[in-house]
Amino acid sequence: MTKPLKFYVPEPEFRPGDQPDFSGLKLPEAGAVARPKVNVKAENIRDLAYTIIRVMTREGEAVGDWAGALSDDEALVGLKNMIKVRAYDKRMQMAQRQGKTSFYVQCLGEEAIACAFQQALEKGDMNFPTYRQQGLLLSSGYPVLDMMNQVYSNSEDPLRGRQLPIMYSSKEYGFFSISGNLATQFIQAVGWAMASAIKGDTKIAAGWIGDGSTAESDFHSAMVFASTYRAPVVLNIVNNQWAISTFQGIARGGAATFAARGHGFGIPALRVDGNDFLAVYAVSKWAIERARKGYGPTLIEHVTYRAGAHSTSDDPAVYRPRKESEEWPLGDPIERLKTYLIKKGAWSEERHTQAEAEIEAEIVALQKEAEKNGTLASGQKPSPREMFEDVFKETPPHLRKQRQEAGL
Amino acid sequence: MARMTMIEAIRSAQHVAMGRDDNIVVFGEDVGYFGGVFRCTQGLQETYGPSRCFDSPINESGIIGAAIGMAAYGLRPCVEIQFADYMYPGYDQLSQEAARIRYRSDGDFTTQITVRMPTGGGIYGGQTHSQSPEALFAHVCGLKTVIPSNPYDAKGLLAASIEDDDPVIFLEPKRLYNGPFDGHHDRPITSWAKHSMGEVPEDYYTVPLGKAAITRPGDEVTILAYGTMVHVALTAAEETGIDAEVIDLRTILPLDLETIETSVKRTGRCVILHEATKTCGFGAELMSLVQETCFYHLEAPIARVTGWDTPYPHAQEWDYFPGPKRVGAALKKVMEG
Repeated sequence: MTKPLKFYVPEPEFRPGDQPDFSGLKLPEAGAVARPKVNVKAENIRDLAYTIIRVMTREGEAVGDWAGALSDDEALVGLKNMIKVRAYDKRMQMAQRQGKTSFYVQCLGEEAIACAFQQALEKGDMNFPTYRQQGLLLSSGYPVLDMMNQVYSNSEDPLRGRQLPIMYSSKEYGFFSISGNLATQFIQAVGWAMASAIKGDTKIAAGWIGDGSTAESDFHSAMVFASTYRAPVVLNIVNNQWAISTFQGIARGGAATFAARGHGFGIPALRVDGNDFLAVYAVSKWAIERARKGYGPTLIEHVTYRAGAHSTSDDPAVYRPRKESEEWPLGDPIERLKTYLIKKGAWSEERHTQAEAEIEAEIVALQKEAEKNGTLASGQKPSPREMFEDVFKETPPHLRKQRQEAGL
Repeated sequence: MARMTMIEAIRSAQHVAMGRDDNIVVFGEDVGYFGGVFRCTQGLQETYGPSRCFDSPINESGIIGAAIGMAAYGLRPCVEIQFADYMYPGYDQLSQEAARIRYRSDGDFTTQITVRMPTGGGIYGGQTHSQSPEALFAHVCGLKTVIPSNPYDAKGLLAASIEDDDPVIFLEPKRLYNGPFDGHHDRPITSWAKHSMGEVPEDYYTVPLGKAAITRPGDEVTILAYGTMVHVALTAAEETGIDAEVIDLRTILPLDLETIETSVKRTGRCVILHEATKTCGFGAELMSLVQETCFYHLEAPIARVTGWDTPYPHAQEWDYFPGPKRVGAALKKVMEG
């Protein structure tokens, strides 16, 4: 007799009430993974899709081939950027709780990824981000006040109230307009990179996607096009373990890692400790150099953990253990880079505490200034007339008529 | 002036445009070396090289998504979807991305892309090579939708679409590629060689978007049509002897409501035609607009002749297609009202 088939649905290891235990998770030692040449063939570094590239030891020493990519001053810039992102998130998250905006998405615990990547880019390169890469903008020098004005949808909102609070856009700062429709930006990044190559430019593109969204067909579209045309693009998967309440195993299926998806396309794929600023920087720099030199695309899986909720609209305590974040073995990215810099004698606990206070004061001052322009709850708002602008370059007759009908 | 089929006119538009602006790139399935399954891109790769005209993977979301990224860079892509029926995997990229990027970035990023796709029936294409999805585009804010009915307009409208700074859906009625079609499938095929609109300048020119054309002036009733149905309308007018004014909309969004309104107010009667299914078809929008603007001038209820609300059938193609007989019957009924 043939046995009846069984339907399989994967489950995460731990749910609320369970004691999270990651002792079974095999983490390679810092420095254990060799750094290949940037022109390496994908088939010769298949192992890099299954390991985790790490630079900093637990004690804060940078070791191995991937160490030494950043000077102390550059690492300090990165540290301050991460502190700025965290302070900004904290204030904006609180503002949402106070009813000053409708929605917010923080990136708590993932700050190293966007901050380090942006530092490895050059002016003119273009990111196609998701809603959790505010670190790219904040590290690029984009005015924090403009970001706040958008979060508040006030009279100075750079996108005039049309877009959701956190879905920023800035061509000048290499930050493509964020979409709430997941994964669409991944193939757009490849298209931008193809255009750069068609025009004989030297600029590269970077695509961003979360672990959950790799299941979208546009992930596949991006990989096929990037592979076929050897596009100068870095394709980043931020694996923060959770897609709202869905654990990463639902998107990953039977594959060992997300990075391994690169193999079917002949795209070099690397996995990196996303909470190790030095490792993220070194791997990003490698992939960016590879793209710029014409060797084609790279897939990077940044392994991290979403320490906060998905957004201000969910409570993670109902789908994962409260302590899972603390038990996650990769630690906190700010603490780790701080430990490294102190160990090197380039930083101290006192200076760190002072820097955190200064940056927070700066953010608070900017927030006050932004609130002078209004918030979603009170004060000045973008004109309703803005609603009818920029649907097309020139407003067609039917829209002009509707605008008149609306009394605008 | 040269004699061109609609295929040759579409090819010529791209050829001339690419020669004028090296930011224009053409890609899609089979469009490179082979020149497209309908041969609309033949010779472009040979003339402009594989970095300006190339084959793409079979991935409509990828084609449109990549075109959006290229436009963000500053290129002006003109891409082909092999059949309009295949556009659905790319509909997310069209409706949620291409259509909205100008709006959501306050004009910082723009999507100057043209998406060409053969539309409509009449070639025994069955349900996956005969659809007319124009209403799905017209319903999306931020897209322009163009449907030519002859070679001259096809070339001029395509040149204008490529130059346009917003995303344009360019629907090519595939039954008209090689010749006009009076709607009688059992009569000999005619060619564009003998048709006045088959005379096409070889050089650059444009036909503006958003402007309808009065293909046949008339006094008794206004027929609103586009694409293949323009020719069916002309046949029905001739066969019934009813002096119909046939308006070829050419662009359904933005719509030339002024031309429609002027005509219907004068004739007092209106018949709307399309191949697409009836419910929520573009005809429903036209009917509403005519009712809103011309109600007190109407002498009969507005009529619609469309495809039936079924998938496009194969063997029953000519029972499905709204041919001159059905259009003629509607004209007579409207004249009685």
